[in-house]
Amino acid sequence: MTVGGWFQIALYLLVIFLITKPMGVFLAKVFSREKTFLDPVLRPVEKAVYRLCGVDEKREMRWTEYAVAMLAFSGVSMTLLYLIERTQKWLPLNPQKLPNVPPFLAFGTAASFTTNTNWQAYNGETTMSYLTQMAGLAYHNFVSAAVGIVLAIALVRGIARRETDKLGNFWVDMTRCLLWVLLPVCLVASLVLVSQGVIQNFHPYTQAQLISPHWVQAPGADGKPTVEKIARQVIPEGPVASQEAIKEFGTNGGGFFGANSAHPFENPTPFSNFLELALIFAIPSGLTFTLGRMTGSERHGWAVWTAMAFLFFVGVTATYWAESQGNPLFHGVDQHASALQPGGNMEGKEARFGDADSVLFATVTTDASCGAVNSTFDSYTPLGGMVPLVNILLGEVVFGGVGAGLYGMIVFVILAVFIAGLMVGRTPEYLGKKIEAYEVKMAMLAILILTVTILVFSAIAVTQPFGVSSITNPGPHGLTQVLYAYASSAGNNGSAFAGLNANTPWYNASTALAQLLGRFFMIIPILAIAGSLAGKKTAPESQGTFPVTGPLFSTLLVATIVIVGALTFFPALSLGPILEHLMMTAGKIF
Amino acid sequence: MARRTEQQLTDRRIVTRAIADAFRKLRPQTILRNPVMFVVEVGAALTTIQLGWNLLHHGGEIGFGFQITLWLWFTVLFANFAEAMAEGRGKAQAETLRKARTETPARRLRADGSTEMVVSTALHAGDVVMVTAGEFIPGDGEVVEGVASVDESAITGESAPVIREAGGDRSAVTGGTRVLSDEIRVQITSNPGETFLDRMIGLVEGASRKKTPNEVALNILLAGLTIIFLLAVVTLEPFAVYTGAPQNLFVLISLLVCLIPTTIGGLLSAIGIAGMDRLIQRNVIALSGRAVEAAGDVDVLLLDKTGTITLGNRQATAFFPCPGVEEIELARTAQLASLADETPEGRSIVVLAKEKYGLRGQELAQHNPTFIPFSAQTRMSGVDLDALQIRKGAPDAIARHVAARGNPVPEEAQRAVRDISSEGGTPLLVAADGRLLGAVALTDIVKGGIHERFGQLRAMGIRTVMITGDNPLTAAFIARQAGVDDFLAEAKPEDKMRLIRNEQAKGKLVAMTGDGTNDAPALAQADVGVAMNTGTQAAKEAGNMVDLDSSPTKLIEIVEIGKQLLITRGALTTFSVANDVAKYFAILPAMFAAAFPQLEVLNVMHLASPESAVLSAVIFNALIIVALIPLALRGVRYRPLGAAALLKRNLLIYGLGGVVAPFVGIKLIDLLLTHLRIV
Repeated sequence: MTVGGWFQIALYLLVIFLITKPMGVFLAKVFSREKTFLDPVLRPVEKAVYRLCGVDEKREMRWTEYAVAMLAFSGVSMTLLYLIERTQKWLPLNPQKLPNVPPFLAFGTAASFTTNTNWQAYNGETTMSYLTQMAGLAYHNFVSAAVGIVLAIALVRGIARRETDKLGNFWVDMTRCLLWVLLPVCLVASLVLVSQGVIQNFHPYTQAQLISPHWVQAPGADGKPTVEKIARQVIPEGPVASQEAIKEFGTNGGGFFGANSAHPFENPTPFSNFLELALIFAIPSGLTFTLGRMTGSERHGWAVWTAMAFLFFVGVTATYWAESQGNPLFHGVDQHASALQPGGNMEGKEARFGDADSVLFATVTTDASCGAVNSTFDSYTPLGGMVPLVNILLGEVVFGGVGAGLYGMIVFVILAVFIAGLMVGRTPEYLGKKIEAYEVKMAMLAILILTVTILVFSAIAVTQPFGVSSITNPGPHGLTQVLYAYASSAGNNGSAFAGLNANTPWYNASTALAQLLGRFFMIIPILAIAGSLAGKKTAPESQGTFPVTGPLFSTLLVATIVIVGALTFFPALSLGPILEHLMMTAGKIF
Repeated sequence: MARRTEQQLTDRRIVTRAIADAFRKLRPQTILRNPVMFVVEVGAALTTIQLGWNLLHHGGEIGFGFQITLWLWFTVLFANFAEAMAEGRGKAQAETLRKARTETPARRLRADGSTEMVVSTALHAGDVVMVTAGEFIPGDGEVVEGVASVDESAITGESAPVIREAGGDRSAVTGGTRVLSDEIRVQITSNPGETFLDRMIGLVEGASRKKTPNEVALNILLAGLTIIFLLAVVTLEPFAVYTGAPQNLFVLISLLVCLIPTTIGGLLSAIGIAGMDRLIQRNVIALSGRAVEAAGDVDVLLLDKTGTITLGNRQATAFFPCPGVEEIELARTAQLASLADETPEGRSIVVLAKEKYGLRGQELAQHNPTFIPFSAQTRMSGVDLDALQIRKGAPDAIARHVAARGNPVPEEAQRAVRDISSEGGTPLLVAADGRLLGAVALTDIVKGGIHERFGQLRAMGIRTVMITGDNPLTAAFIARQAGVDDFLAEAKPEDKMRLIRNEQAKGKLVAMTGDGTNDAPALAQADVGVAMNTGTQAAKEAGNMVDLDSSPTKLIEIVEIGKQLLITRGALTTFSVANDVAKYFAILPAMFAAAFPQLEVLNVMHLASPESAVLSAVIFNALIIVALIPLALRGVRYRPLGAAALLKRNLLIYGLGGVVAPFVGIKLIDLLLTHLRIV
């Protein structure tokens, strides 16, 4: 670990802290239909959209109607993406003449982008045409992010409102989210990224002559190894910048290229790296303040933020420590930080970023359900790779995905309030709303879905030949690969541990199913909670009210997340990364 | 039944019966009500089958398997025992109550006015019966004619007889109580099997116990956690098989039982029953468990001034003589005027004069006294002696009386009257032979310690509102003195109702006590309505609790019991969930250390062997239920603190304690097991 590395991490946390309030206030204004500086430009556009689509912007929806609108919208969007993928050969903007995407992969990808997961069992540059990337994938990057945000807003409204069954209008919320929040920020951020060297063009791929050709060994036609001379390189091109900003800002994570943010055309400079990191946490962090502001308890918003920031800091510290230790089995290899190298375990990491920026990116992207990566987790030390996995297993509530992080966190808040709330001698209350059987049932359902999906799919995969055959490193490391695949899918993260061959019918279908379950079966109970809370009276705050502010509450929240969220996976983890770590220290690696 | 005293938890009769009940409750249909313990029972049954299989085939674990199976059954039995213990106390009380319910003969009035003899169980609502001295009242009802003294000790445990009379607020009588004097006609208000006594027996026995809303919610949480841990354990086996370290059934079920929240799952219903029981110990019958929970949530207490905040009636507290009059002369005169005054105010004047000056006023009889009673017209009372005419009464009435004799009302006396009024008292003027002697102050005496009590309630976030028929000036003074947060002066029943509705509209929960028929709507509207047992049948039906002692301060205790119930539940839930951390560290290394010795580092407690580790965790898990039975039955000690302080304290004890305790406990059991060479 280096001073420079710690400085990066501290600076990042500070920037996120500073963004939180302005972003939170802006989001609250947009969704409360208050005036913002963008209104003169956007208000006419908004009205035109409603006229065109026949939306009555005054009409609000009950939770069931909101859910149906969301599901219908997602279903239609998903079908559209599938059709684009399956027909891209005949569609324009395909200079590389890429074939149609095969059905299983197309279905998996459609599910993955609709659910804001962006799990990629393909390499963008060899599979997707420019049209598919822009009209298919980037479109989903915007709308799936917007769906997450508006659902969180609907839940916050449920907490804030009283004695009503209305949660807002899904179409209005979506439109405002896209027009006021996602499009303007991404427009500016894309241009900044272009200034750093991110490309944006429709060129066919460049054929470059290598300055120094090199030789690689490959199995020949007769099975004997042959040596091949490589003198030319294909350099992929494309409209990257327009997709790059929303990839982070919408916590989507689906890279234009297979190498994701490790690719110099996606993430060329330390500044672009920092900007991408800041974009990932901007909305999730801001939403905590929106929660506080819309419910009238800004201190509660900050208490939630503190719990998140604490878990983030612990995670990044653990990974940084584990990675900077290097690999104990590399005898005689200099793994110490020096002026010439950042030190630590550099396998699978970009030399441009070193271990500090890599672990920061790894922690942020898995905390936030983003899934963009600038290093390969498969090559991390066992404990270093466990942290991203644990971050996802916690339910991605450490800031979390846009919207999804907040509503996931509120589920834990409800549980924390319910378990400990009784200890103040009252029926548990959350910001004046009584937490009763219905809310507990829905909250448990939301948690159960994540647990069931991850554990059951993983258990099937590690015992059946069609699952085991994709594992590249048997032993505990293989268990980690499988667990990570399903955690990443059910948690809608989308990052891959790598190492697992996920482009098989079983993995394409099961991960897609896990993504759909993890997204929509999670959302429905959460909307049900919102609907139920909105209908309740709000008890006024008094000395006897359970405090949901201050360090005590933050501590309680962290304890609940760790005990209810993480301990469930402790047996599995102890056979995966923990066992791998202990065996590594004993001299055995996988 | 003698006045109920705290029965010892170790009452041998109750314990013996509870042990028998613990076995009876093993029936799957019974235990299905409790999802957590149901899973434990299924687990125990599975290990039993596996054990039988191993014995028959002479293979696999036998000694270890036997011990695990035994302790799993103990876990279920301990939880059943806890519930049976809680019910046991109620059952003992129900038996006593049943004795009062035996069939009694009743004289039913026919339409033509004659009477017929029927048995009490044949009486229906609407029947009218005659009851004379020495007879038992055959059923619940209203006195429609007559007045009688009634021994209600069978219900209330209070041996002093009470007066029941037709009309007014003391007309309700309860079946099974005995008329001591006079004769009354009672209109029966309940049908056979639905009497107050029947309901009471049902309640204390727990027979008609339904799960309260919070209990239902908590059960859902526990069931959810159980499913999650069930999944974690069921999927662990495939992971273990993949890793090359398959597990046997005993260990897997041990892990499952240790992880699911058995501590709270086993004690939850005992906590609820014990909470109701604590109310019964204080002579309060809650007609629904929901009301007990609501009592913990109460935000506003409506308290009647008289009897709750002040001591009964107003009392004489000071003499204010006119210039030129000795205070002792005023005191003696006022005492003479009050000797025949049987009102509490009159008696208090006699007492004050006696206390202050040792005046006894016995010499009266020699002076041919003629007592002048108080009347609404004159608004004064007094006594005419040989040569002396003494009058006391309302200031304006006495002022007119004095002026009629041509005497002045001195400025000092007028000031005294004003001062007394402004301080919440009632002034009386005393005159002898038309000459004003001075004023007597009658004031409400605020009960000792009530100020602190309200302070505590405020710290708990509960607002107190005093209800009084006094004028606003007097009410304000007493409110200030007693430390209540608000008051409702010159209160009429409909004002009470409006106040409750307003508070409820703001999302608050309101509790109140009442006894009269005109209180009934408000009692029904309030979230917690405590009816006095002395009150009317209408009031008792409207409220959701009945206070057998008819004590107005009982409401505060009820709130505390409600809070205590919820705190106990929360504390044990937190404790139970926090326990899991240590159990993982005991069992996981034990499961896999054989195949992967490296995992031994997770054995932070350094437990002796894998078998002793698993067994110690299971034993701890079972014993902690027994160890916490007294806490579940007694309740966590309640402290009147604000929510933040209470949370901090309880989180430290039950949260942090819940994490640490099993580490210590499991280690100790492990040491003991290895010392005794059991494994």
